[in-house]
Order: sequence, then structure tokens, then C-alpha cells
Amino acid sequence: MAIAALAFYVFAAVAVASGLMVTLARNPVHSVLWLILAFFSTAGLFVLLGAEFVAMLLVIVYVGAVAVLFLFVVMMLDVDFAALKSGFVENMPFGLLIGAVLLTEIVLAVGVWQFGDAAVASRAAVSPTPDEVSNTVALGRLIYDDYLHLFQLAGMVLFVAMVGAIVLTLRKREGVKRQDVLAQMYRTREQSVELRDVKPGQGV
Amino acid sequence: MLSDAGIGLGHFLTVAAILFVTGIFGIFANRKNVIVILMSIELMLLAVNINMVAFSAHLGDMVGQVFTMFILTVAAAEAAIGLAILVCFFRNRGSIDVEDVNMMKG
Repeated sequence: MAIAALAFYVFAAVAVASGLMVTLARNPVHSVLWLILAFFSTAGLFVLLGAEFVAMLLVIVYVGAVAVLFLFVVMMLDVDFAALKSGFVENMPFGLLIGAVLLTEIVLAVGVWQFGDAAVASRAAVSPTPDEVSNTVALGRLIYDDYLHLFQLAGMVLFVAMVGAIVLTLRKREGVKRQDVLAQMYRTREQSVELRDVKPGQGV
Repeated sequence: MLSDAGIGLGHFLTVAAILFVTGIFGIFANRKNVIVILMSIELMLLAVNINMVAFSAHLGDMVGQVFTMFILTVAAAEAAIGLAILVCFFRNRGSIDVEDVNMMKG
């Protein structure tokens, strides 16, 4: 019992601290690495909640794809990041103010909030967590039975994002030699091979 | 197991709220660097995901985890498109400063 509580506090503290470091780090590469740590500790929190599949999804999709994408872009852009950090001290009080206001609002709103008497019972009947199968099996059944169209739509969203990213970043550069497949295919023997009668001792 | 140890819904909601506010703070504090702003948005989406999964576990309802997956999908698509636009913008202007994004003003 105590181990679960300890694990929660460790994961939560690491998630919050690394989230803060994402915004405070001087170097964007460090920011990305802190972001990866935040994702990992959140995955730990999800495992504690019994959502193993989403936790692994978080590790694979966020750490494996999104964070690495960020890392690539940060390293690809030749930017003076120190100059971009210059306004940080001036902007920080405003950011702190906004954060404090938002946090106060959340505390005020959630502090007085409580479950209605019938809320839990009415909600639990929709799709209860089955006891006999694992989290992944239950999630799979739910997705492929009830949420199939939304799931396919999510695939379309990813597809459109992929096409959009390629279209946005593709560019034609001058002075680059490219393969011309048609020209290669329509090349005839006469264009490429020539028979010469070479006299001995003279060369071509 | 967690509820026996005294860790309830409120603990997870607190973590999510702190992460969300951190994301907002990051957006306002790093007003120049678009990359850090995008990362702050990712943090906020992560906080939303924590909320979804915490409520899903608390209510014993799997739908929250399904929607977490959809949020994950949209976040991945958003990051890809955002970074592509960023690369495009950097090629045109040689900078990723938010102050330089003024080509479309009338």
C-alpha cells in the first residue's frame, strides 16, 4: 500500500518538476529532454491508475515520435536561442500572474465541486471496466465495437497531418541532380553505345 | 490499491492542474520561442489526458481512456503540422521569433 503512495508522489513530483523545467530551461534541447521526462513520469501515473495501454501509448507516441520530432526540429534550425530567451525575465511576472489567476480559478471551481448522488451510478453503467480481461483487451473491444468510426476518423486526422507536413516542408531546390526515370527507360542502344574501330597503338 | 493508500481522484486532479498552469505559464514566459510554446501546449494536453484517465479510473468507465487516445492523436497531428509550419517559416524569414510573424499584417 505504502509503495503505491510512494510511487504516486515520486511520479507526480517528477512530472511537475520536469514540466516546470520545460518552460525554464535555457536551451531548447534541454526543454525537449525535460518534456520526455515529464511524459515518462505521466506514463508511470497512468500505470498506477490501471491504464497500461494508454501509458504505453504515451511512451511510444509522445516519447518515440513527438518528442523526437521536436528534437529534430530544434537541432535542424540554426537559431540563436540565447536571443530568443532574452525577454524571459520581463515576461515572467506576467506569466506568473496569469498562472496564479488560472490556478485560483481552478481551485475555486474544483474546491466546491462534488459528485452528485446519482452521477457515479449513471455513468458507470455506460461502459464499465471489466474485471475478467486486461486493460488492453477491454480498450480494444470498446474501440472496435463502439468507437470504430471515430477511430477511423482519428486515422484520417493523422493521414491529413502527414500529407500536410510533407506538402509544407517539401521544396524544389535548384542545382540538384535528380533521377529521371522516364529518360532512363526510353534510352536506346544507339544513344548510349557506339562501336569504334580502334587502331592498334593509337587509342580512341 | 491506490485508494487504500489514500491517493484519490483529487491527487491526480491536482497534478493535472499544476501541469496545465505550468503550460500556460510557459506560453506567456517564453513569448519569443515558438518551439517552447509548442512544447507548453503539449504539456497542457498532457494535463488534460491525466484528468481523463483519472476520471476513467475513478468512475470505472473505459470511455475516458478512449478519448485519451483521441486527444493523443490530435496532439501528435498538431505537433507535426506546427513544426512543419515552423520549418517553413524559418526558411522564409531565418528566425523563429514570434515578433517576426508579421508578414500578413495589412
